[in-house]
Amino acid sequence: MQNVSVSVKDLSLSFGAVTVLDTLNLDIKDGEFLVLLGSSGCGKSTLLNCIAGLLDVSDGQIFIKNKNVTWEEPKDRGIGMVFQSYALYPQMSVEKNLSFGLQVAKVPKEEIDKRVRRASEILQIQPLLKRKPSELSGGQRQRVAIGRALVRDVDVFLFDEPLSNLDAKLRSELRVEIKRLHQSLKNTMIYVTHDQIEALTLADRIAVMKSGVIQQLADPMTIYNAPENLFVAGFIGSPSMNFFRGELQLRDQRAYVHANGVDFDVSAYPSRAPLVHGQKVVLGLRPEHVRVDEAASGAAASHRAVVDIEEPMGADNLLWLKLAGQSMSVRIAGQRRYAPGTAVTLSFDMAVASIFDATSENRL
Amino acid sequence: MSDIVAFNSVADEAAPQAQADRVIAGPRGRKPRRALSGRNIMIYGTLIVVALYYLLPLYVMVMTSLKGMPEIRLGNIFAPPVEITFEPWAKAWASACTGLNCDGLSRGFWNSVRITVPSTIVSIAIASVNGYALANWRFKGAELFFTILIVGAFIPYQVMIYPIVIVLREMGIYGTLTGLIIVHTIFGMPILTLLFRNYFAGLPEELFKAARVDGAGFWTIYFRIMLPMSLPIFVVAMILQVTGIWNDFLFGVVFTRPEYYPMTVQLNNIVNSVQGVKEYNVNMAATILTGAVPLFVYFVSGRLFVRGIAAGAVKG
Ligand SMILES: Nc1ncnc2c1ncn2[C@@H]1O[C@H](COP(=O)(O)OP(=O)(O)OP(=O)(O)O)[C@@H](O)[C@H]1O
Ligand SMILES: [Mg+2]
Repeated sequence: MQNVSVSVKDLSLSFGAVTVLDTLNLDIKDGEFLVLLGSSGCGKSTLLNCIAGLLDVSDGQIFIKNKNVTWEEPKDRGIGMVFQSYALYPQMSVEKNLSFGLQVAKVPKEEIDKRVRRASEILQIQPLLKRKPSELSGGQRQRVAIGRALVRDVDVFLFDEPLSNLDAKLRSELRVEIKRLHQSLKNTMIYVTHDQIEALTLADRIAVMKSGVIQQLADPMTIYNAPENLFVAGFIGSPSMNFFRGELQLRDQRAYVHANGVDFDVSAYPSRAPLVHGQKVVLGLRPEHVRVDEAASGAAASHRAVVDIEEPMGADNLLWLKLAGQSMSVRIAGQRRYAPGTAVTLSFDMAVASIFDATSENRL
Repeated sequence: MSDIVAFNSVADEAAPQAQADRVIAGPRGRKPRRALSGRNIMIYGTLIVVALYYLLPLYVMVMTSLKGMPEIRLGNIFAPPVEITFEPWAKAWASACTGLNCDGLSRGFWNSVRITVPSTIVSIAIASVNGYALANWRFKGAELFFTILIVGAFIPYQVMIYPIVIVLREMGIYGTLTGLIIVHTIFGMPILTLLFRNYFAGLPEELFKAARVDGAGFWTIYFRIMLPMSLPIFVVAMILQVTGIWNDFLFGVVFTRPEYYPMTVQLNNIVNSVQGVKEYNVNMAATILTGAVPLFVYFVSGRLFVRGIAAGAVKG
């Protein structure tokens, strides 16, 4: 593959008897924004620390810019890192924080000044240069932390949940700023998060991880629309995908998922292999892929359900309904209101649904 | 509470105004506290009694040290001096006799300074680097090293005294100040290393990682990142060492020759000297003088001490 920036080959890492990463492979393209997404404790930070050289790997190799850096010190890898807790040196001013790495590397004074000035311009922190980190707000601190990676002119930026200590508003502001930064710098960025919104909005590609294994590596829309397995499907999307466990039935030239006495017509589903009669499957329907009431009246296969709870969220309105003996969520436009107890008809767009094998949990 | 419930239930009925007034008339603002509650009397009473209990000996010592011998012979140890004299203090410092010499505590004081200052500096310097390496660098065998160090702290001194005498003799420094300084440094090592390790382990790990990504090595991180953040724990270590080494008696007797005896040994020799009458006033003054250094250290750095202890003790 040409233009590979970071390449992880058969990486394994264990702490004593606990194996956190097991023969993991990952190639990241030059200039790509890759997001590592997964729940807490799945090994995202561990993988990032291995790439940074802060953890000794148990087995495998790491390449950065086609150079084998498996045994290199962090400073010799051409990486910059931004941490969740900012990790600014508390006793140094913002300026000193930015220049520390350059000073250690014995970069000439004029060059240091030039780079600090440029980084503080890009991040708009010039007025803060003389302050101590304790005199900054969370957002300003994280900006300085990004600046610390910026001044060192690195090939690869590593972010470990840089926004999760910030409040919601700042988080979305800084998210946009990081995206803008990536667009102007065009560096390779590896970004760890457990926030799916961050992942979907920032990433060129997302690697969804679960207990040290990459479940799916694809662009955000593929991850969202065609999740590779049940875990990815359930992990992405909020509220999460509605799942119906059932059995495939083929009759009258049509295919149905029979779940709890309800037949879902899945003839329109673009399956990769021919569907097999009697196969145990899980049907996944996103809340936003369900049509409600009058829209459903014209559709061929419609289902009747009763509104259980209504959660108006401003732009959207979330309905919780009972269908096939279980609760399911449906997202509709914010101005369409249904009081609890209202009977509605539902229809489903099976072209964008997901069907998984119940045992292997993989997409059909 | 019942007022509010009543208010809510009646609010939309006929006379909400009367109800609202009742709420507004209720308690408001800061809750008043009685200064002389039973609880306060218990707490302060106990504190005062305990404080008196600890201060009484000091009071007696100061009073006695300011009296002349004739007044002391009257026997009323709690009475303040009729005629204040600083004679005993001067004598205790400069001319009180031990069995060997007659130049008072001053000799012991300077010996103690020459023992305490280097021992404190050397032991803290080594222990802080130990603690830093153990907490942040997790080298191979770190756990074993740490365990051995801690176990070492539990072996009684008495067991080790004779072997150490032999070792010092073989090295040719038995009886010298250098020998004693080495002994103090070694015996301070376990507890100080533990103290520093816990403190450094409590600092955010990401700070250390950030410094490594920035290219800083072992010593750069120690001096530029860790040291500036660790003043409180250094003060704690300093207090522990200064008071511990200053108050040491056993090592001072065992590992040095009479001309190098620290102040505590000199004090003992003055107080227990059997020539002539017992000069209680001189003895009291000598004792206060010997205790003055640790006292001074506590007063000057007490607040930092508490802060550092709290920071070092909580985190494992
Ligand atoms: N030093 C360590 N010693 C032993 N186990 C560790 C150590 N560091 C991490 N682990 C374990 O490795 C696993 C992965 O940890 P990691 O920090 O990579 O998770 P994460 O995906 O970053 O989670 P989070 O989102 O909470 O940051 C966890 O189960 C954790 O308990
Ligand atoms: Mg993490």
